[in-house]
Amino acid sequence: MLEVTNLHASVAGRGILRGIDLSVKAGEVHAIMGPNGSGKSTLAAVLAGREEYEVTAGSVAYNGRDLLEMEPEERAREGIFLAFQYPVEIPGVNNAYLLKAALNEVRKHRGEPELDAMDFMALVKQRMQVLHIDQDLLKRPVNEGFSGGEKKRNEIFQMAVLEPKLAIMDETDSGLDIDALRTVSAGVNAMRSPERAILVVTHYQRLLNYIVPDVVHVLSDGRIVKSGGKDLALELEEKGYGWIEGVAAQVGA
Amino acid sequence: MTTLAPAEAYADAFEAVRRTAAAPDGVVDLRRRAFERFTALGVPTTRLEAWRFTNVAPIANTAFTLATPAEREAAKADTAPHALGIGAGLLFVNGRHVAPASDVSALPDGVEVLSLADVLASDANETRAAVEARVASGAGIENEAFTALNTALLHDGAVVRVPADTVVEQPIQLLFITSPPPGGEPVMTHPRVLLVVGENAQVRVVESYGGGDSPYLTNTVSEVIAGPSAVVDHYKLVRESPTGYHIGAMHVRLGRAANFSSHAVTLGGAIVRNDAQALLDGEGVECTLNGLYLANGSRLVDNHTTIHHAQPHCSSHELYKGILDGEARAVFNGKIIVAIDAQKTDAKQTNKALLLSEDAQINTKPELEIFADDVKCTHGATVGQLDEDALFYLRARGLGLEQARSALIHAFASDLLNHIAVEPIREQLDDLLLADLPGSGGGSFHVC
Ligand SMILES: Nc1ncnc2c1ncn2[C@@H]1O[C@H](COP(=O)(O)OP(=O)(O)OP(=O)(O)O)[C@@H](O)[C@H]1O
Ligand SMILES: [Mg+2]
Repeated sequence: MLEVTNLHASVAGRGILRGIDLSVKAGEVHAIMGPNGSGKSTLAAVLAGREEYEVTAGSVAYNGRDLLEMEPEERAREGIFLAFQYPVEIPGVNNAYLLKAALNEVRKHRGEPELDAMDFMALVKQRMQVLHIDQDLLKRPVNEGFSGGEKKRNEIFQMAVLEPKLAIMDETDSGLDIDALRTVSAGVNAMRSPERAILVVTHYQRLLNYIVPDVVHVLSDGRIVKSGGKDLALELEEKGYGWIEGVAAQVGA
Repeated sequence: MTTLAPAEAYADAFEAVRRTAAAPDGVVDLRRRAFERFTALGVPTTRLEAWRFTNVAPIANTAFTLATPAEREAAKADTAPHALGIGAGLLFVNGRHVAPASDVSALPDGVEVLSLADVLASDANETRAAVEARVASGAGIENEAFTALNTALLHDGAVVRVPADTVVEQPIQLLFITSPPPGGEPVMTHPRVLLVVGENAQVRVVESYGGGDSPYLTNTVSEVIAGPSAVVDHYKLVRESPTGYHIGAMHVRLGRAANFSSHAVTLGGAIVRNDAQALLDGEGVECTLNGLYLANGSRLVDNHTTIHHAQPHCSSHELYKGILDGEARAVFNGKIIVAIDAQKTDAKQTNKALLLSEDAQINTKPELEIFADDVKCTHGATVGQLDEDALFYLRARGLGLEQARSALIHAFASDLLNHIAVEPIREQLDDLLLADLPGSGGGSFHVC
């Protein structure tokens, strides 16, 4: 589904990603772990199409297409969903408007009829129940005045409504208490399917107790320095990121 | 066809009005004085402080002739987009009341919604006397050239009088349309609106302005007098065509505990100047002046407001927001005067502009003249661009660039839109902002 080859990217003239190779198949869950500033969010942003990140080398194929050629909205309509590490507050735009517009764009793109207000509400209510989200949220402006946890939950709620093919979750666990973490994880697990791939970006192993990955990658200084099974996350937790920096030094050498 | 100099064209217009538009002696005399003032003042130049950023040379250099009455049929196409379908109202085409199009039958007893020309031409009666007394005060003619010109050429417009203790539920729409002559030569209209609201009465009035696609000038003056505890909600929708110039002055006088709000919405016009002056002339007045303006291309929109706190315990709130694209320019000047006796004044002024292009520009200036000592006065101005992070967020959810921009632009205006209580106006603006906004450069906000 996703083939990242030798991806280099820079922002404001500074190289951040320095040769990423990553292959994700439909049905898989990959975790990407790494210390602060290692480039996790940059990778996510490049995949989602953020223009200020300049790809200086390498390629990304998504279902056989050149992803880097596509506008952000086209990527979204083709099924890529980024749950933001820092969801943006948008005063004056309410959640219902955003969700309905987004959903109908995706549906139009797939050649499906747009949902009318009633079908839309039915779908949305069902998803809200699963994620324990209060219905008032729909009338509220996007993320405005939300707590950190509410913002993260709202991202997963949007994801549940839009049903992406490739979901990228950027530190969705940070700021969540354990109950919220369970709810969110349950929501994500419910979406696991043979047609869907999930990329979980996280600092901590804890989330991976709930969303068990097929593959774990460790990112350091813009490169994937180690990949392995779910046990790699445990090892990392145990030994700390200092261990990885040692590994990185060896890889770099 | 002979080419008239602008000054000759104004003189001809004055002669024509003097000869043909019947009026009581007091008004005839007022016109003459006003024309003298206008001749002395001339069309303002940028050398005047109040017009420093607003160059009306295109108006000064054009010889506008008085628009002639148009056929109702001919004006239909121009009128349709502006009609709000809210029932009661008057239609004016080329500055003249078009009787058949206006329906004021459903109004409560005692409420008058009349053509000014009819009132002035009628035999002496209470209404005429009241109007004459009101108009004859000649507000603004000493220093404001355009108000002097409007007064010199005063012949038609709307008179709305609401008796004390009367609540008018339905909004009253006053629709002013300029229908261009077949040859497209520049024409002008000088509508006058008089809104007098009695003690403890309530009314909502919508003034709408529009026109066809050849050069014209709308030079309008509105006077609002609200009695004690009156509640007046005033809307002004400027949707002139891209070739239309609009100069509008509104003089408001508010009595004790009156509650007045104004919503000045400017969507069209090559050059638009809205002057709003409110005198808070009793204790406990609440005055809200809100404004929303959209401009693109090389259009210019100028909002000048003056709020004069003359009495204690009054509050005023002002929120103006502008959305500028292309090479559009805007001016906002907000003057707040707090007289020495006006203790416990609470005045708040905010001006925000959203610039969608690098070439768009706004000049904004608060002017506070505070003579009382126990007052709360705040003012703030911000100029910003669309939030790139928000734009990306929306696109990452699948919204196209245009739709994402529209959503954010609409969001910028949303607090003002939420204050608009006349549903059809809000719907029109919602549609316009969400569906019709052009990208940078391009189209026009004027929708016909
Ligand atoms: N827009 C930007 N402008 C300048 N530098 C940036 C920008 N975005 C990221 N960087 C820099 O790129 C590096 C990688 O940032 P990135 O956000 O990808 O790291 P991360 O692994 O997600 O970190 P964290 O765990 O803190 O979220 C950092 O040094 C950061 O300062
Ligand atoms: Mg990050």
